[in-house]
Amino acid sequence: MPDPIMSRLAPADPDSGRMILNFGTSHPSTHGTLRVVLELEGETVVNAWAEIGFLHTGFEKLGESLSYNQFIPLSDRMNYLSAINNNIGYAHAVEELLGIEITERCAYARVILAEMSRLADHIVWLGMQAVDIGAYTPFLWGFARRENLYDIFEEVCGARLTTSITRVGGMIHDLPDGFVEDATLVVDKFEETLKDIDRLLTRNRIWIERTQDIGVLAKEDALNFGVAGPVLRASGVDHDVRKAKPYFVYDRMDFDIPVGEHGDVYDRYLVRVEEMRQSIRIIRQALKGLPGGPMNAYDNKHVLPPKEEVFTTIEGMIHHFELTMPCFGFKTAPGTEVYSCTEAPCGELGFYLASDGSGNPYRLRVRPPSFVNYMPIEHILRGAMVSDVVAIIGSLNIIVGELDR
Amino acid sequence: MSQSLAEQIKTQFADQVYGISEHAGQWRVDIRREAALPVLTFARETLGLTYLADVTAIDNLRMPVQRPERFTVIYVLRSLETRQLLVVRAFVPESDPTIESATALWKAANWLEREVYDMFGITFRNHPNLIRILTPENFEGHPLRKDFPTAGIGYRDRFPVITRENA
Repeated sequence: MPDPIMSRLAPADPDSGRMILNFGTSHPSTHGTLRVVLELEGETVVNAWAEIGFLHTGFEKLGESLSYNQFIPLSDRMNYLSAINNNIGYAHAVEELLGIEITERCAYARVILAEMSRLADHIVWLGMQAVDIGAYTPFLWGFARRENLYDIFEEVCGARLTTSITRVGGMIHDLPDGFVEDATLVVDKFEETLKDIDRLLTRNRIWIERTQDIGVLAKEDALNFGVAGPVLRASGVDHDVRKAKPYFVYDRMDFDIPVGEHGDVYDRYLVRVEEMRQSIRIIRQALKGLPGGPMNAYDNKHVLPPKEEVFTTIEGMIHHFELTMPCFGFKTAPGTEVYSCTEAPCGELGFYLASDGSGNPYRLRVRPPSFVNYMPIEHILRGAMVSDVVAIIGSLNIIVGELDR
Repeated sequence: MSQSLAEQIKTQFADQVYGISEHAGQWRVDIRREAALPVLTFARETLGLTYLADVTAIDNLRMPVQRPERFTVIYVLRSLETRQLLVVRAFVPESDPTIESATALWKAANWLEREVYDMFGITFRNHPNLIRILTPENFEGHPLRKDFPTAGIGYRDRFPVITRENA
């Protein structure tokens, strides 16, 4: 098979002082699946070419032969660091497509879990970024706190990494007893660790010199490349889907959107740390406001009825039977299309859904934030030093499952 | 909200627009593929839709609802100032699956259009580097077309086998 990059490059002249360096796919900082070819002059990167697709799984094609609810476990696998955000984003998209109103309790629960998942994602990013650059301690501290968050997820749905926590019109089941108390404890502990990491890194001389003015993405370039999430905000663009098009109960929450100035690796770090503080604020407000009542929407045509109803009434039994039969009960309007987006930890996670009237999506497009965030990599790497390539790739927070789908 | 944007495009390009429609508060403009670049330029320069959120496509081969052509190329545009969202759908025929590239307007279109080319076989004219992005270069077929089997076409079965003798 021809190499898509090397076959297009002129053979390097050994006397010119330039050299071609193949970075990845088996470099520890490239997650095993990113490949960048660098043209070097001394230690400076003159040109870069990226190749992706090593983890292409065909999720979008698979989605077309699965029912709307069956795709939820696949949405975990796309972004395994913040699976809950993907579950919620997908469920939200289907609900917009079908016009299902979720209950108040469900909206609050989703906000709480989405923000916890954001905390878990950002703290892991912070740990990995620090390890990539050479600091080991934040990695260990961060993973200890992620463990606590995963205990909460396990309490809620039984799984730690691949949660599959949502269903169309609701959640897998109600929040467990004592959830609010446990979550409060975990968030308090998390805040302590965040303070410690902040003290360790933000004014650390080595950290600053390894990250400031490195991997700069100017505001105009960020908009032109269409990057999303913390990378976009670090470049000075004030855009967050939670504020731009509030979904669930984000419009009732009081929180700020941190915006950077320089668009370098250090600003991406600062933006993410501040985002974690804002997430903690949101979680505390949402835990305080968490209402009672049913978790799932009452919509017999799309949401499984409660078990008591299935076992005691004939209607409940019929609806349950119809909904679980493939291509039978779950009806959609043919030709409906919708683009729905939520703010995942990496950025705007979009789903473009088209329905043909059956119980399977006709087309399920995922607009992954990692894909658009990785797009400017060739532009950012130009002019960087070889030793900074790792820091730059790490700062974009690329989740390869989502990049290649 | 974004209804006025859709109507402005409709009046500006009256003979190139099939129609405008709405679902869940989201407005869409259906256009002929010849008008894709002028409409996107108009949206970007005049309407202030400066952020290209997504480029994707749909194969309408088995769609029960009548569509003008086999492929729909979808552009999701957003204004960061007014926070409006607009979906532009251009229809591309099966006989000549080409459309003008939007890379001149947004660099974001580069990889997104490469993915559409890879998955649907729609060629984007004047694209700087239109090669496959997710599948290998010697891959045959376009996986997200409806006539491509979900089970695959045996691509992996044809990998060369390295044995002890020929190693």
